[in-house]
Amino acid sequence: MSEIEGKVWRFGDNVDTDQIIPAERLVAKNLDNLNEYIFEKVRPGFAQQVGKGDIIVAGKNFGCGSSREHAPLSLIQAGVSCVVAESFARIFYRNSMNIGLLLVECKVDTEEGKTIKIDTAEGEVISGETVYNFPQYPKFISEMVRSGGLMNLVKENRL
Amino acid sequence: MGKTIAEKILSEKSGTDARAGQIVVANVDYVMVNDVTGPIAFREYEKLNTENLHKDKLVLIPDHYVPNKDIASAEQAKEMREFASKHKIDNYFEVGRGGVCHQVMIEEGFAAPGRLIVGADSHTCTYGGINAFSTGIGSTEACAAFTTGRLWFRVPETIKVELTGEFKGYAGGKDLILKIITDIGVDGANYKAFEFHGPGIANITVSDRLTISNMAIEAGGKAGIFPCDKLTEEYIKDTAKGEWKAVEADPDATYASVLKYDLSEIVPMVAYPHLPENGRPVKDADVKIDQAYLGSCTNGRIEDMRIGAEIVKGRKVAEGVRFLVVPASQKVVRQMIDEGLMQIFLDADAFVSGPTCGACLGGYMGILASDEKAVSSTNRNFIGRMGDKNSEVYLAGPAVVAASAIAGRIVTPDELEDMS
Ligand code: SF4
Repeated sequence: MSEIEGKVWRFGDNVDTDQIIPAERLVAKNLDNLNEYIFEKVRPGFAQQVGKGDIIVAGKNFGCGSSREHAPLSLIQAGVSCVVAESFARIFYRNSMNIGLLLVECKVDTEEGKTIKIDTAEGEVISGETVYNFPQYPKFISEMVRSGGLMNLVKENRL
Repeated sequence: MGKTIAEKILSEKSGTDARAGQIVVANVDYVMVNDVTGPIAFREYEKLNTENLHKDKLVLIPDHYVPNKDIASAEQAKEMREFASKHKIDNYFEVGRGGVCHQVMIEEGFAAPGRLIVGADSHTCTYGGINAFSTGIGSTEACAAFTTGRLWFRVPETIKVELTGEFKGYAGGKDLILKIITDIGVDGANYKAFEFHGPGIANITVSDRLTISNMAIEAGGKAGIFPCDKLTEEYIKDTAKGEWKAVEADPDATYASVLKYDLSEIVPMVAYPHLPENGRPVKDADVKIDQAYLGSCTNGRIEDMRIGAEIVKGRKVAEGVRFLVVPASQKVVRQMIDEGLMQIFLDADAFVSGPTCGACLGGYMGILASDEKAVSSTNRNFIGRMGDKNSEVYLAGPAVVAASAIAGRIVTPDELEDMS
């Protein structure tokens, strides 16, 4: 999966995990369908509109706040293929990399509804005529992602 | 080249020469999960089909939706209880024996100087107040940690915070950390650790240090670490489990940046909605409130209850205001009873409950309706954090929360005296 292409949803700075998935949805019975509730307080209807392969493009500090893994999990369940943001909050970054939500740290100027392309091998985000570069993932993280996530490292006794 | 406390602890626990920016795999001392983050970890564990389990390192603390809020939360709490009994995990803190997870981790002595502790809750950074390297993680990695005893860490760069002077009047640890977050922003310390230095530390109570470290994450910080001094030793002497070893920074350690604060210049602060970086001096605030909340892992310790009780003593909560007092643990409740604080709060018409996260995360027991405003001693004022998306949370320290409950608007205790 080195190239992906998807429709853009725009978000701003400091999108916190309470916005992505509110606390009242954090019960075990919702674990398989968290996507039904994403952004329900701040963008009602988003859960129905977002489609498989779509890409979220945001500003600074995406995923700040609580450690709830429900946040990246809900985005995976909703079919979001990648989140591109100027920066990510630390725990959200770990969680996403551990469970397989692709994150790209890069400031990208684009509009909602447009289509962008991401080439992870080359470290490029392509939006219309513009190509943005993003840095390589640290070796440990790219290997973990290649193995299919953290639990695969555990299974293979590689942690 | 010298090392920071974070580099030293991660070096020792990983058996490597860990430096900022590297990724290491390190042995953890404890892994904590709560009722909300636990189920994902338990399900991952059962999928592994393994015998490996570091039982002694695993601590299970239901607190977010217990006592059970509804049937869904009851099922979730049951999932944790059953995991604990199936795998014979001793460190499980049933309702009535525990409280808010971070308070329990400290009271029960899991947290101690020099330890590396992870918790599937973002405020795990609290234990930096007693010289531990502790940080919040996700559920899947909590599972990895209690299965293998290890986890990966990016060794953080460190921001040095030099403190001088002494707090004046009603200012305290909460006001300092709100000031720091306001100065550097909610991502000002992203991927970094804070390390506190200077003569001012001796003038900060351990309870206040825990408050400061608790909110390191609100600036994006991975940890907020204090040195271990006499006050720390005194604070943990009856509770710390097992051996521990204080860790101090080398004088020639490398820091990403340096912040300096004179504690005598810190004034009572309030963070306006919807980010903890929106701090202003309380004296500039003009906000009528519907609810005041004293509690949480940030400010639900006995020291906070004493501050609140002293202010409300002999007074009544303002007409039209609910004052919720939620001590952070069963032990704090008992101490409040023993010290007569319970009486004071009840006489003032406060609602006092047993320990739970409850309203802090907009869970239950104190949810805000639309357009309602609350002043709260908690740590987050995000949109809808304590209820309806059109409600507002203002963060402040225990003294301001208690005074505001009496005044019906956000004030310092000094203003209360002027009013009477
Ligand atoms: S008291 Fe609030 S901030 Fe602390 S652990 Fe509970 S929900 Fe989280």
